[in-house]
Amino acid sequence: MAATTVSPPPLGAETLSRGRPASLWRDTIRNVLRQRSAVVGLFLLTILVGAAIFAPILAPYAPDQDLRRVPGLENVEKRADPCIHALGCPAATPQAIFGTDGNFRDVFSRVLYGGRVSIAIGLAAIGIAIVLGTIIGAIAGYAGGWVDNILMRLMDVILAFPSLLLAIAIVTAVGQSLTNALIAIGTVSIPIYARIVRSSVLSAKENDYVTASRALGESPVGILVRRIMPNSLTPLIVQGTLGIGGAVLEIAALAFVGVTGSPDQAEWGSMIGFERNQLFTAPHIILAPGIAITLTVLGFNLLGDGLRDALDPRLNR
Amino acid sequence: MTRFIARRLIVTIPVLFGIVFFVFVLARVIPGDPCRAVLGERATDAICNDFIHRYGLDQPIPVQFGLYLGQLASGDLGNSIKHSEPITDLLIQRLPTTVELTIMALIFAIAVGVPLGLISAVRRNSPVDVGTMVFANIGVSMPVFVLGLVLAYVFAIIFKDTPLSLPPSGRLSSGIVVKPLVEVWGWQSLQGPPRAFLDFVSGLYIPTGIITGQWTAAFDAFRHLLLPAIALGTIPLAIIARITRSSLLEVLGLDYIRTARAKGLRERSVIIRHATRNALLPVVTIIGLQLGGLLSGAVLTETVFNLAGVGRTMFEAITGRDYVVIQGFTLIIAVTYLVVNFLVDVSYGFLDPRIRT
Repeated sequence: MAATTVSPPPLGAETLSRGRPASLWRDTIRNVLRQRSAVVGLFLLTILVGAAIFAPILAPYAPDQDLRRVPGLENVEKRADPCIHALGCPAATPQAIFGTDGNFRDVFSRVLYGGRVSIAIGLAAIGIAIVLGTIIGAIAGYAGGWVDNILMRLMDVILAFPSLLLAIAIVTAVGQSLTNALIAIGTVSIPIYARIVRSSVLSAKENDYVTASRALGESPVGILVRRIMPNSLTPLIVQGTLGIGGAVLEIAALAFVGVTGSPDQAEWGSMIGFERNQLFTAPHIILAPGIAITLTVLGFNLLGDGLRDALDPRLNR
Repeated sequence: MTRFIARRLIVTIPVLFGIVFFVFVLARVIPGDPCRAVLGERATDAICNDFIHRYGLDQPIPVQFGLYLGQLASGDLGNSIKHSEPITDLLIQRLPTTVELTIMALIFAIAVGVPLGLISAVRRNSPVDVGTMVFANIGVSMPVFVLGLVLAYVFAIIFKDTPLSLPPSGRLSSGIVVKPLVEVWGWQSLQGPPRAFLDFVSGLYIPTGIITGQWTAAFDAFRHLLLPAIALGTIPLAIIARITRSSLLEVLGLDYIRTARAKGLRERSVIIRHATRNALLPVVTIIGLQLGGLLSGAVLTETVFNLAGVGRTMFEAITGRDYVVIQGFTLIIAVTYLVVNFLVDVSYGFLDPRIRT
């Protein structure tokens, strides 16, 4: 952030500042890695994202595979307890690290594949929210006046609903599917990003360097994109990281409630929702995806907190 | 102060209008034929034409919106398709459960969260502090429904037949009833809004039980509500503890605290009388902001613990495609949320004069 406020925009400065971005990035990365919570968060996410990406290699079975059809596993039991041969589980029982579910499927494989859905949807939903929120916030902050008023009141209306309920209402209205759930979660998250961008545009647009670029004849869009927007990058990255965690929670909740379409898909929330009534007899089917959700959200939250402490100079105590 | 309230009101009213409009639009974008969405696939054309005419669905959209506003103004939210009774009656039956659950969760979150945050700040970097912050991080990351299911498993299965055992579902044990206020007081002839109000209050089992001396029932209701309230209250608890901690730490670094210490005041009195008071200001705002999350969480908590509240009703309405209920309840919740946020803003204005300008 310091570099954007200090570097003078006029000619010639480009050559001087060319070396700077690299060191700025290096500084930033060093600052982030100094935060314990960011390191723990990164560690968790590396494992979880890795597990999701390499699910086809790591998972012993396909997520929707009926284990009874697998040669040698014909005697597999429904909702069997976890069984690991290395830990003394009798070799006669088929190995299933997290046990099996009500449809004779391997819970471990389903949890691995479920990570792909949750993380991809979290990223996509927040991506949508950041892009739309940035556009709305930038226009509102830069234009001011009635445009600002209308756009921000619109955002207030979205914020006036508890987010999960609004997402449920949207999904039931436009049709129950995972894609619509993604869109709904993205939509209810827009106002946060619009507000962040608007406030940083408002505080940046009166700066002298902005007046200078205007005097040099830079177009409004150019000023907005090149001179003003870099200021909102830090809060957007921090809020976005925390937002992905929130989105993962929300998609799980929507799937748990059962508005994401087919309950058969390997998705953490629907795995829990589907087997909810088996809690007292086979808690592992609920615990495994439950822990997976918690760790994923924890990872994003810790990384977000760490990024905020590292990137926001005002917090340096 | 009056000007401050008036200005907040002026901002709130367009939002209220926006909410009503939004809910109206949501109900109109439902794909397909509204009649068959409501009455089912087997409805005949004649029935459907009658239906469309009766609900004014053949009118232009602005006229429909006007009709909808008029309907709302007269306190009519429509009739539930599945329960075939007015949404308002359904609300009087179902809302108290949610209100009781939400308040209890909030009390739990504040009663545990604020002291935890204060202790963590005073004993910074001690095991208590580290433990609290680790707990707070996990608390905000765990889905409400997973925590609820885990609690139910621990307290109803693992602790079964011990004094710690708690019921995992419902509001009352079978055989126990809370007699409604009108019955206890012999006012069955009462009608209209006063009756509706008393019926609503009667749905709050714990207060009703205490007012009318039905102690066994009140205690039973309390025991049933404990697990849901803990499940629902944990996320706000974690957030409140974190904010209290960072807020007290910030205040403890201020000059007037140094002055107080320099005067020779005991540390306890510095923290309790001087620091905590100012440190709790941001906590009040955060508590207000938790309401949206609590209402969202209530949907999940009620589903997990089989409580017939607003959330459970919404859930049933979704599975049963009862759009009128979804619409009415979404509206009521959003309006409640808006009103509470308004009250929080105003109370913040009372607490901190700088906000009023």
